[in-house]
Amino acid sequence: MARSDVQLMLDVKAGDSTSFELLLLKYRTPLINFLYRMVRNQAAAEDLAQEVFLRVYRARKEYAPSAKFTTWLFRIATNLALNAVRDGRYRQMEISLDQPAGDEEFGPQQPISLPDARPGIEQELMERDRAAQIRRAVEALPEKQKAAVLLHKYQEMDYAEIAKILQCSESALKSLLFRAYETLRVQLAPLVVASRRGMGG
Amino acid sequence: MSGRGKKGVMNCKHFERKLIAYMDGKASEAERREVEQHISACAACHTRARDFAAVWGMMDALPAIEPSEAFDARLRARIAVEPVRRSFWAEVLPSPRFALSMSLLVLCSVWLANRAPASTPPANSEAEFKMINNLPVLENYDVLSKFDVLSDLPTQTPGANE
Repeated sequence: MARSDVQLMLDVKAGDSTSFELLLLKYRTPLINFLYRMVRNQAAAEDLAQEVFLRVYRARKEYAPSAKFTTWLFRIATNLALNAVRDGRYRQMEISLDQPAGDEEFGPQQPISLPDARPGIEQELMERDRAAQIRRAVEALPEKQKAAVLLHKYQEMDYAEIAKILQCSESALKSLLFRAYETLRVQLAPLVVASRRGMGG
Repeated sequence: MSGRGKKGVMNCKHFERKLIAYMDGKASEAERREVEQHISACAACHTRARDFAAVWGMMDALPAIEPSEAFDARLRARIAVEPVRRSFWAEVLPSPRFALSMSLLVLCSVWLANRAPASTPPANSEAEFKMINNLPVLENYDVLSKFDVLSDLPTQTPGANE
């Protein structure tokens, strides 16, 4: 029977390094993706993720299962990401990401010199442009709203857990989420309208 | 302030607070009914709920990234050079062997302390009391020697000195 995260962490506390490896394998991808969307750069996100796991490892002896493991993990990650963004530590990287010549999510953009007759290429470019717009709209949210949206939409955490991570009440969190999605709705209005037409709405 | 309009129907402000939980499927049955009533009566909120669903769908389409190949190795290397943090007792005691011998020493002391009264013979309280009373006499050598002299004297009969 699979051990719970809390049990794995208690085993890490007792000196079992294999349990730490299991937690690492389970959470490194969601954690890096969360941090990537917070700081907009993969190298920076991986640096922060390393720091998160190191802090977990260093705190193993004092670990007490008072909350879910993910609450603890993402609280450390959120605090590190918010501090990094506030310090402007990754600003230079962000600027380079915002250049229209490249998009890290899809690799460097290839120069297009001639129109290509293949319909698949145009569709692919449209999809890429659409995804870039969505990503930029999410990244442009105020930091706390962005963290709330990322934890809600991509980590699928419940309100109580997100509220603990962001250190606010559940009611404040719901309000935060509503404002964030309302902003996205406005920012992505052309895409929303297009999707409505596509659905026949 | 109540979250309801004049006709007992949820107003837009109240709807905003309930919409996310409704869309997540986490609203209570009563809340769900209220939200659906409001959506059917308010075109703006109906559009908003539909647009939120569209935004969520778009966000789902965003690709995720994979950790770089070096991520795990780099983390393991950093953990390997982490200084070993010793516990309070590990800091206080030089070694586990020393701690064990100290514990055994303490246990032996406690055991011996508890054992000592049990090894003494049970006290004969009357004999002991007499001995204690006679201690000043027993310690006085002169008195004892006089007892020996007196014991050598002939037994006097009553009226012999008369």
